[in-house]
Amino acid sequence: MAEEIKALKVRPQPKSVVRKHTIVVRVQHNFGVLARITGLFAGRGYNIESLTVGRTQEPDVARITIVVEGDERVIEQIIKQLRRLIETLRVRDITDTPHIERELALIKVYTGDEKARDEIMRLVQIFRAKVVDVSMDSYTIEVTGDTEKIEALIDLLRPFGLKDIARTGTLALIRESAKQKLSKHQQE
Amino acid sequence: MAEKKRGADIVIDCLLAEGVDTVFGLPGGAIMEVYDALFNAPLKNILTRQEIAASHMADGYARATGKVGVVMATSGPGATNLVTGLATAYMDSIPMVAITGQVPTHYIGSDAFQEADVTGITRPVTKHNFLVTDIKDLALIMRQAFYIARTGRPGPVLVDIPKDITQQYTECIIPTDEEVKESLPGYNPHYEGNIVQIKKAAELIRKAKRPVLYVGGGAVLGDAAEEVLELAELARIPVTTTNMGKGAFPETHPLSLQMLGMHGTYYANMAVYNTDLLIAVGSRFDDRVTGKIDEFAPEAKIIHIDIDPASISKNITVDVPIVGDVKKVLQKLIKELKKKPMEWVEARESWIKQIEKWKEQHPLTYDKSSDIIKPQYVIEEIYNITKGEAIITAGVGQHQMWAAMFYKYKFPRQFLNSGGLGTMGFGFPAAIGAKVGNPDKEVIAIEGDGSFIMNIQDIATAVQYRIPVKIALINNQFLGMVRQWQQFFYDSRYSSVCLSVQPDFVKLAEAFGAVGLRATKPSEVKEVLQKAMSINDRPVIMDFVVDREENVLPMVPSGKSYREMILTPKQKGEAETMYLVG
Repeated sequence: MAEEIKALKVRPQPKSVVRKHTIVVRVQHNFGVLARITGLFAGRGYNIESLTVGRTQEPDVARITIVVEGDERVIEQIIKQLRRLIETLRVRDITDTPHIERELALIKVYTGDEKARDEIMRLVQIFRAKVVDVSMDSYTIEVTGDTEKIEALIDLLRPFGLKDIARTGTLALIRESAKQKLSKHQQE
Repeated sequence: MAEKKRGADIVIDCLLAEGVDTVFGLPGGAIMEVYDALFNAPLKNILTRQEIAASHMADGYARATGKVGVVMATSGPGATNLVTGLATAYMDSIPMVAITGQVPTHYIGSDAFQEADVTGITRPVTKHNFLVTDIKDLALIMRQAFYIARTGRPGPVLVDIPKDITQQYTECIIPTDEEVKESLPGYNPHYEGNIVQIKKAAELIRKAKRPVLYVGGGAVLGDAAEEVLELAELARIPVTTTNMGKGAFPETHPLSLQMLGMHGTYYANMAVYNTDLLIAVGSRFDDRVTGKIDEFAPEAKIIHIDIDPASISKNITVDVPIVGDVKKVLQKLIKELKKKPMEWVEARESWIKQIEKWKEQHPLTYDKSSDIIKPQYVIEEIYNITKGEAIITAGVGQHQMWAAMFYKYKFPRQFLNSGGLGTMGFGFPAAIGAKVGNPDKEVIAIEGDGSFIMNIQDIATAVQYRIPVKIALINNQFLGMVRQWQQFFYDSRYSSVCLSVQPDFVKLAEAFGAVGLRATKPSEVKEVLQKAMSINDRPVIMDFVVDREENVLPMVPSGKSYREMILTPKQKGEAETMYLVG
């Protein structure tokens, strides 16, 4: 009964580019809202690179900055799923909008001999970081900047021996100039 | 100044304010105060024997009536027993409110007796949930719960109320609709549909040569059956529905293709495989529908109308997405089509003729027998005796698919089953809920023996409240669908699917105070059905002992293309693949 297949027809699939996205979410600052967001990511299999949360100028609104990697389709789904949450006020993918990104890291590094200490201090100066704690065999360095800068410093410190690292994850705000351009564009 | 009220009474007042007349549930320590308030309230509680059955009853009630179903349970195990019911309702977007008791606020987190983190457990299986931490929020939360459950894309909402809050007193004014809306600034379902997109859709419909309407559960939930019919007839578009969309378009209509997908008809799947314009209405491109995604409707442009933006381009990229209420969008689309001359409709006839040909080539059928009861025959006879007017519920498995294929559904909310989650044991309790909501309609649960026994305890509930549902048990002494897959894909190694040891269902029915009937030969089927239909004061269980190894066909194996549809098994243990012509 098997008939011949005349032609195999296939639906064209969209191309996909995987990259990091910075997504900013404003939520009602309710009990359990963070669990809802992290639960959504875990339950649907999305990997969070970093997530920060904090209060805003409005007392009952919190701002969450999420850095996540995925292709357009995954990112679109993430945004839609975040919007579906009842307590979500606003979701924006600001990756392609001019914005300021900052992260703070505390890095505890072994200091070893005097030569190493000098070299570390030079790096601290170049990166406009600060030594905030000193022990017999280590410095604790505080550094802020975008993720690339922090990763670069960590890489340079690695040969001295890293004792511990604490990072806040990325915070982001849209540049006011970009915002004005955007709203102008929207008006038009 | 308002009068001070007990928390438990506020809960009841809020239920009454929402127009609730029946709740389904089972009390326990943490929710006793609410049951105490219910004692003298003009509100009926159907006491079930297991909380999961209560959740399916509330669900069945909601599916059959369109109203919000309400289920109540106590803390800990009571609430955890609701989880499957909530997930079932969530997957099929059923409006439901679950009220659960919780240990008193000062015990929360202490691993108290019957404590469980219920909002934590149910977060991924509810549209939203609440833990009430202050009695002042109680009335607002109750109203928010109902509002969220029934608006937008509907879904279950759970309200977890600690016992001390149900016992406290406060001044209570029930918030108005406006106040409820204002309290949810992040929740703004979009109903209207973008008119530019609707115009684009109309233009695609005018140009299409081989269009198909692919209608899902959203058309039932969105009350859009009338509009689907009007659009189909106006623009001469054949209609296939999903399992959840059944009844949104009458299957007796010449333009009906019946169901598509894994167990879809040959002609529905052929039409979708060859269509040049697929119009998805409240359907979500589930894997049981699409099979292999890149060969699904390979040549089609796709219009997708859905209330939930997250459903659009989730599984498949679409050309014209329209976010909005399906009823409103279809009304606008119809209006748009009527604006210009409609001579293009003529061009549809060759497509419709082609579909007629497919219908003749491979109609839905099975090998009839006079010695052994074929399950499909039972469904056909149920259809005949009820004149196609009954509400049918189903469990999950082979019987569910036969119920979907061999009963022709005419109106929305007529076929109730767990399409998304696939919850065995759903059919019978859902039938109780449907019957409570529609006392004047015949309600028949088509159940499998594996599925039915999962909630068999609640025959007692149907007997206690004299709810005369009929249970048509398609008894093949197997977990039939798993057995079928084992036959097709695991070389007939029947691993853990044999249910040869089972109760005598007739005696069991009698033990519960219900009526039990049995048919073992095809000649007995009608008689059993006739007898069952004459009983209207208690549940009836009809044990149809059927062909043990009958298969559900046609079948597109999981993850395969429509091209690889199995139409007939060559012989036992050997499936033949029917390659569809591209």
